[in-house]
Amino acid sequence: MEDDAPVIYGLEFQARALTPQTAETDAIRFLVGTQSLKYDNQIHIIDFDDENNIINKNVLLHQVGEIWHISASPADKGVLATCYNRTSDSKVLTCAAVWRMPKELESGSHESPDDSSSTAQTLELLCHLDNTAHGNMACVMWEPMGDGKKIISLADNHILLWDLQESSSQAVLASSASLEGKGQLRFTSGRWSPHHNCTQVATASDTTLRGWDTRSMSQIYCIENAHGQLVRDLDFNPNKQYYLASCGDDCKVKFWDTRNVTEPVKTLEEHSHWVWNVRYNHSHDQLVLTGSSDSRVILSNMVSISSEPFGHLVDDDDISDQEDHRSEEKSKEPLQDNVIATYEEHEDSVYAVDWSSADPWLFASLSYDGRLVINRVPRALKYHILL
Amino acid sequence: YGSRKFLLPSPFPASSSWAAVGAMAAAATAGSSPGSGPGDSPEGPEAEAPERRRKAHGMLKLYYGLSEGEAAGRPAGPDPLDPTDLNGAHFDPEVYLDKLRRECPLAQLMDSETDMVRQIRALDSDMQTLVYENYNKFISATDTIRKMKNDFRKMEDEMDRLATNMAVITDFSARISATLQDRHERITKLAGVHALLRKLQFLFELPSRLTKCVELGAYGQAVRYQGRAQAVLQQYQHLPSFRAIQDDCQVITARLAQQLRQRFREGGSGAPEQAECVELLLALGEPAEELCEEFLAHARGRLEEELRSLEAELGPSPPAPDVLEFTDHGGSGFVGGLCHVAAAYQELFAVQGPAGAEKLAAFARELGSRYFALVERRLAQEQGGGDNSLLVRALDRFHRRLRAPGALLAAAGLADAATEIVERVARERLGHHLQGLRAAFLGCLTDVRQALAAPRVAGKEGPGLAELLANVASSILSHIKASLAAVHLFTAKEVSFSNKPYFRGEFCSQGVREGLIVGFIRSMCQTAQSFCDSPGEKGGATPPALLLLLSRLCLDYETATISYILTLTDEQFLVQDQSPVTPVSTLCAEARETARRLLTHYVKVQGLVISQMLRKSVETRDWLSTLEPRNVRAVMKRVVEDTTAIDVQVGLLYEEGVRKAQSSDSSKRTFSVYSSSRQQGRYAPSYTPSAPMDTNLLSNIQKLFSERIDVFSPVEFNKVSVLTGIIKISLKTLLECVRLRTFGRFGLQQVQVDCHFLQLYLWRFVADEELVHLLLDEVVASAALRCPDPVPMEPSVVEVICERG
Repeated sequence: MEDDAPVIYGLEFQARALTPQTAETDAIRFLVGTQSLKYDNQIHIIDFDDENNIINKNVLLHQVGEIWHISASPADKGVLATCYNRTSDSKVLTCAAVWRMPKELESGSHESPDDSSSTAQTLELLCHLDNTAHGNMACVMWEPMGDGKKIISLADNHILLWDLQESSSQAVLASSASLEGKGQLRFTSGRWSPHHNCTQVATASDTTLRGWDTRSMSQIYCIENAHGQLVRDLDFNPNKQYYLASCGDDCKVKFWDTRNVTEPVKTLEEHSHWVWNVRYNHSHDQLVLTGSSDSRVILSNMVSISSEPFGHLVDDDDISDQEDHRSEEKSKEPLQDNVIATYEEHEDSVYAVDWSSADPWLFASLSYDGRLVINRVPRALKYHILL
Repeated sequence: YGSRKFLLPSPFPASSSWAAVGAMAAAATAGSSPGSGPGDSPEGPEAEAPERRRKAHGMLKLYYGLSEGEAAGRPAGPDPLDPTDLNGAHFDPEVYLDKLRRECPLAQLMDSETDMVRQIRALDSDMQTLVYENYNKFISATDTIRKMKNDFRKMEDEMDRLATNMAVITDFSARISATLQDRHERITKLAGVHALLRKLQFLFELPSRLTKCVELGAYGQAVRYQGRAQAVLQQYQHLPSFRAIQDDCQVITARLAQQLRQRFREGGSGAPEQAECVELLLALGEPAEELCEEFLAHARGRLEEELRSLEAELGPSPPAPDVLEFTDHGGSGFVGGLCHVAAAYQELFAVQGPAGAEKLAAFARELGSRYFALVERRLAQEQGGGDNSLLVRALDRFHRRLRAPGALLAAAGLADAATEIVERVARERLGHHLQGLRAAFLGCLTDVRQALAAPRVAGKEGPGLAELLANVASSILSHIKASLAAVHLFTAKEVSFSNKPYFRGEFCSQGVREGLIVGFIRSMCQTAQSFCDSPGEKGGATPPALLLLLSRLCLDYETATISYILTLTDEQFLVQDQSPVTPVSTLCAEARETARRLLTHYVKVQGLVISQMLRKSVETRDWLSTLEPRNVRAVMKRVVEDTTAIDVQVGLLYEEGVRKAQSSDSSKRTFSVYSSSRQQGRYAPSYTPSAPMDTNLLSNIQKLFSERIDVFSPVEFNKVSVLTGIIKISLKTLLECVRLRTFGRFGLQQVQVDCHFLQLYLWRFVADEELVHLLLDEVVASAALRCPDPVPMEPSVVEVICERG
């Protein structure tokens, strides 16, 4: 059953942190972390039943503090990392930790969702990423395609590479680098590149994008003034190794070729306020998702700079009937970049958007008021890309 | 006979009706009074005489049966057959007498009788007179005929004599001719011999004469002799003596030709002499082809000399004469020379036909192209200069000069090439002017930048903005007008090339209107737009006031200036070309778009400045451990100050704009979290303590009712819209920054105070004050959410603090 209507789920608290359960490739599952200063914070495990258009949720308590960032291990379904605020003695410090969720929740539990929501279970702490010497943690990244043993975290102006040892119960700082310069430099966001054997990481700090080599922990490229104002987020093209997208407070989304950092390849200016999140589709990199504090989510089709500029190339074997022929001919003409859809289901700033790791045609967006919206790529476009 | 009209005195007055053929007739009829009856005689003898004569004539006519008489007689009375009519044809004396005797008294009969007698007597005498007169005439006619008979007989005799004489003369003449025949033939023969001898003598003398002529340099004479003798010698060359003469002549002629060629080659003599040489050589039967070549080669030498001197003038070292002088030299020296050559050539070698003309054309083309190359080099040197009138005059002369040979050498296409050069120069001039206008515009912008920088030092900002705008506008306009005037010289009537199709059509429409004016306006828009795209988005690159000023400038262009300039252009350059031109509306739309983008950019830049201030202030403060608020933070005051300054700045250039009426929609506010406090103080936001869940719910409901705020939305061309945009951007930034921080109790209270302060001062700048309320409410609500211990400050205290600060 396919229905293009969005599915909306409301959380009771404010929320900023959203991630798909990266290691899960069958079920559509998202993790959402809440922000509440007065109550125990929660991690909602949201299962989306694509067949029946139903959402099942499980709630885990995250008692240490409000969650600013969440990321799931690419290797182990049960492992995740959060960045959270800890308030003590009128001081706020953002820490990071790696957690394991209860075994039975790893693959979701469809049997008794109501029961589990009433009696929230607790996360099991695996290890803290000790940041006493480094300052506030901005985000945690897992090594993509890795075995879930390597983590990079960004803390103020430091970039820290951790090794998780002894079944992730211990985090050892393997190497680190820091950003030196005048003023108070702080990393706002970062992404680990899936290319180059996972040896590259890109970070954003103020208006600058930087690339790092994880082996030597040295800077490999730097895009000064990538945006007019603060850069909020970035993402790597999963299929083109030198391409990355960035977004920021100047309401723009820019696409870069890291081999030529003087000019962006392309610039989008569709949002009317800061763009907080940009995400490439994992399979079809022409689909780019952006979330903004103008309360909108925009899905763009960036065909011209994608890995399939002439559409999906049909294999010769597949051409059996005439329909295939026609579709191939149609796809030969270069396609136009355009905005596919603007989603306006949110009423507050959207701070997080992400694609499902299981279904490439499905994505979730989260706004500050705790509303999670699950949307699909329009069917017509989906078929256009597939056929 | 004087009158052909005759009338019988009619016995009845009724006859007057038909008798009125003429005035005379009327008068005659009047003579016989109606009552007097027939035969009533006229009173006077002078009247009687013609009457009688007429009557007699009438009778004669009647007698001879003339139609006129009958015609006159018949309608004489009502009854022409009346037997009593004395004059009628059917007169019957018996009837008449009978009638008289019966009708008349005796006295009247007596009268009639005497009358009748008198009439008869008169008629008799008339008859006698007539007979006399005519008899005389007959006699004289008979005499004349007799005399003529005599004369003719005499003439006949003389004619006969003449005929015989003529015959005698003919006879004699024939005899004389026969006698002279012999002698005449001899004389003719002798004359022929004489002529032949003279010719022979000429031939024998020819060699010496030729030699003499050659020695004296009378080549013309020599050639003429040679020409005359040539044919004869040719004919009789089989005779040895003639052969010798011919040989001599040929030797001399060869020498002559030699000398002529020598003279020709020396070249020192002027073109006319050379032409003469060529003419003579041609007459000597030298091959024309070769002469052509040689002639042209010589001409080339001379013309190349001219070109060299021109090139020297052009020279790398500057005392180059001005362009007018240069074209003058070129015109008189080279073009004049070329004209002479062409004229002489056509005269001499006209017989050569099209091949010769083609040769000349090629020659002219080649030299012409070299000349053009020089002229173009010279003109290229002139491109940078500003004096259009001199250039146009020079071009005019250049073009005018070339029209003469152009007519002569149509095949060489020199005139076309010259026109092309002029067109190219005109195009380059247009390009130059466009550059000039652009430079002027950029210059204006630099001036404005300096002016904007200067007063800031002096401490007074902005008051000159409107004047600056006026200055810029008027300066650009005057530049445009100056350019138009300069370019207009090209189309002046007295300039020789102004009636070429290019200058009448394309130059005006495509060149001036499209290229210069539209091009400039477009480039102005582009230049202005480039300020929006400058990488220095942090606002440092372009002073915001400049953005504002440019925006207003573009808007002014949209509303009035563009159409004014284009109308001016169209008037000055009456466009006859039908090629499509950019309509005013398109340009206006472009200008409007530029103005809008500039203004939007201005809003962004100014919004960014204030946002950065707010953001720094939120990010750098430790909100958890802050003290209880005593004052509005300085940065908020600064924000209000800056906003006021922007308001003033924008107010200098833009109109106030429409402000939304004070919102009466209080239902919206009742859903507001702060509704309770609103009722106390109009703009006093406060925080009502409640469970966070409720707050959340309430704010969500509130959002349901309020429309979405587009933060970076396009602005309209008025002050309120601009300020609204800036404030929206600033407050949204504040909101987002607040959400990233965690607040202590006093931190929240400080935010409360700050927001109230902003509310107090910002509402009057915006179009819809509800907007400010909404955003500030949300800021405070977010701060409350971000506070673990949310204890809001009493609204009254907030108000007191704000009023104090």
